[in-house]
Amino acid sequence: MNPLPVLVGKAVRIASRLRGGGSALPGLVVERLDPGFMGRALAAVPHGVVVVSGTNGKTTTTKMVVELLEGQGLTVFTNRTGSNFTRGVAAALLGEVDWRGRLKADVAVLELDEAHAVHFVKLVPPRYSLLLNVLRDQLDRFGEIDATTRLLERIALATTGTVVLNREDPRVAGIASSVTEADVRYFGLDATLRSTFPNDDELRGAEGTAPASALPADVVLRSVDGNSAEFEVDGATTRTDLRLRGVYNIFNAAAALAAARAVLGVSADRDALFSSLAAVEPAFGRGESLVVDGRPLELVLVKNPSGFRLGLKSFDPAGCATMIAINDNYADGRDMSWLWDVDFDSLGLDGVDVVSGVRAYDMALRLRYDDVRVGAVDPDITAALRQFVAGSADRPKRIFCTYTAMLAVRRELSKITKVEVVS
Amino acid sequence: MTDAPSAADLTAAPADSSKGTLRILQLYPREMNIYGDYGNVLVLKQRLAWRGYGAEILEYDAGDAFPDDVDVVVGGGGQDSGQVVIQDDLQAIAPRLRELAEDGTPMLLICGLYQLFGRSFRTHDGTVIPGIGVLDLETRGGTERLIGNVVATSEEFGEIHGYENHSGQTFLGAGLEPLATVTKGAGNNSEEKHEGARYKNIVASYLHGSLLPKNPAIADFLLRTAAERKFGSFAAAGVDGSRADPARQHAGARPR
Repeated sequence: MNPLPVLVGKAVRIASRLRGGGSALPGLVVERLDPGFMGRALAAVPHGVVVVSGTNGKTTTTKMVVELLEGQGLTVFTNRTGSNFTRGVAAALLGEVDWRGRLKADVAVLELDEAHAVHFVKLVPPRYSLLLNVLRDQLDRFGEIDATTRLLERIALATTGTVVLNREDPRVAGIASSVTEADVRYFGLDATLRSTFPNDDELRGAEGTAPASALPADVVLRSVDGNSAEFEVDGATTRTDLRLRGVYNIFNAAAALAAARAVLGVSADRDALFSSLAAVEPAFGRGESLVVDGRPLELVLVKNPSGFRLGLKSFDPAGCATMIAINDNYADGRDMSWLWDVDFDSLGLDGVDVVSGVRAYDMALRLRYDDVRVGAVDPDITAALRQFVAGSADRPKRIFCTYTAMLAVRRELSKITKVEVVS
Repeated sequence: MTDAPSAADLTAAPADSSKGTLRILQLYPREMNIYGDYGNVLVLKQRLAWRGYGAEILEYDAGDAFPDDVDVVVGGGGQDSGQVVIQDDLQAIAPRLRELAEDGTPMLLICGLYQLFGRSFRTHDGTVIPGIGVLDLETRGGTERLIGNVVATSEEFGEIHGYENHSGQTFLGAGLEPLATVTKGAGNNSEEKHEGARYKNIVASYLHGSLLPKNPAIADFLLRTAAERKFGSFAAAGVDGSRADPARQHAGARPR
């Protein structure tokens, strides 16, 4: 083979890093020069490729699968930068391959955006896929959630080994009926927890009303108590503490365990799996805990109604200063309708100190209709954040923010105070 | 920039319904709720509560008994699969809905139910789904999806702000008035500058966002009409509109 494209790609990668530029350009360059590069590099990985997709929780779940497999002594390649497009995977590969384009990894675990995953699996059929959920999100991009289901189905159909599905999401579980090549396994919830994690059909008033699934699940989340949880695997239940915050992450831990078990097969070391899981830290902006002026500040990424609802349910507002920042850039979703599918009653007692972002006034209007008191409204995130920090010096802080608002909030926090990442 | 507590905040949602209670029917909340349609119901409920009226929210899903004494009807948008699920049931309750509409019951119909209150929906593979014919309009399934922020103007309601996301192209019959004229976005179809339809006390529209929060003039038209029909008058004072105006201004300044 010709090593030139890899070398050129690596050079572009170094150059664009020096410029502080984006992560996808070197991927574009190598794709153009050598379209087979990614497929060849990944085909040679002994345990194959694991694709993680779905609406909510991809980044954190991918991180969990990676750390579970690393805890079993495997070398794992992943797209850690959060660049979940095919080109981002190619760019991440360039950083890891040797000059002949060979990847030194036992297994690849890749987070892929639903639409891009369809393109990716045509180039690289995954050995395993983990499909998390289909929830209303980015309808301005996908049109309907049934269209998103069909994208996930195509990932499942391209999978050669094992497809791991969410038993509690009827759209995801339904994909099993079209899978003929691969084995199908499920992760699931105890019946008592189903109302905590409503699927999209149960979003309004009908939580947990769908009949319980009779499908056997490889891993079942049995109970959650604060940041400790019980998982049933192989008929035995294990309790473990987690550093991850938020109930949604704890259900995704069941997903990650099931995917890791599919990869490891009979060689899985159960105790090591749980000790790895206990040590997983939250991903960038996903329930991250920072320290600002000696007080904890939590960043909670909210992208869609289910995520926002679970975010509100996971974090007790009592005694806490709250800020909400809502942008409507392409990556956030342009349509504000989703705010009306979230109940904000839980914030009614303590109110919201500051509302910000491009759509601050839409958010403030939404809160008025739930009778939630709002301190200040300012679309400018810099000014709003300063006011929030100054006005809540003595209280722990929590900021709910959409994706691009989260990037802005992090950038501003690092300017106005020393930001120390604690977990 | 400080948003001082307003009179409405201080007297938030009085529990009394001394001025009377309106019965608001939400059609098919299980299947037709995809774009924050609950927001429209919440806005009606709260704007009544702030004024000392009560609101009774009735939900009608396929197979339920159709309720009596309905004062306002609200219908939302669904996915194609949801529209298939409700199609037969909608035909079954069509006589009741027609009777309410012709009698002057205020109705808000968004997106999917706007289409199905028309005469027919022809999908792009040629299948014709019958509507219930309350509104003289036809919808043809298109290949292009019309998505984005919309600003439209109406003599009756002023500037209307919302967000559209539909592939159906709707054409109004000669006698049916559009709700508004589009100044940004597509509206009913990609050929004309019409958005929505206006018939008797029905407001029909492709716009969500949700529609009513940022367009309180439409919300209050529905409530005033319902209250005057039921009680003979409407006490409109008591609602602080200070949050809707800046939300409308910012929405209007956003890209398509």
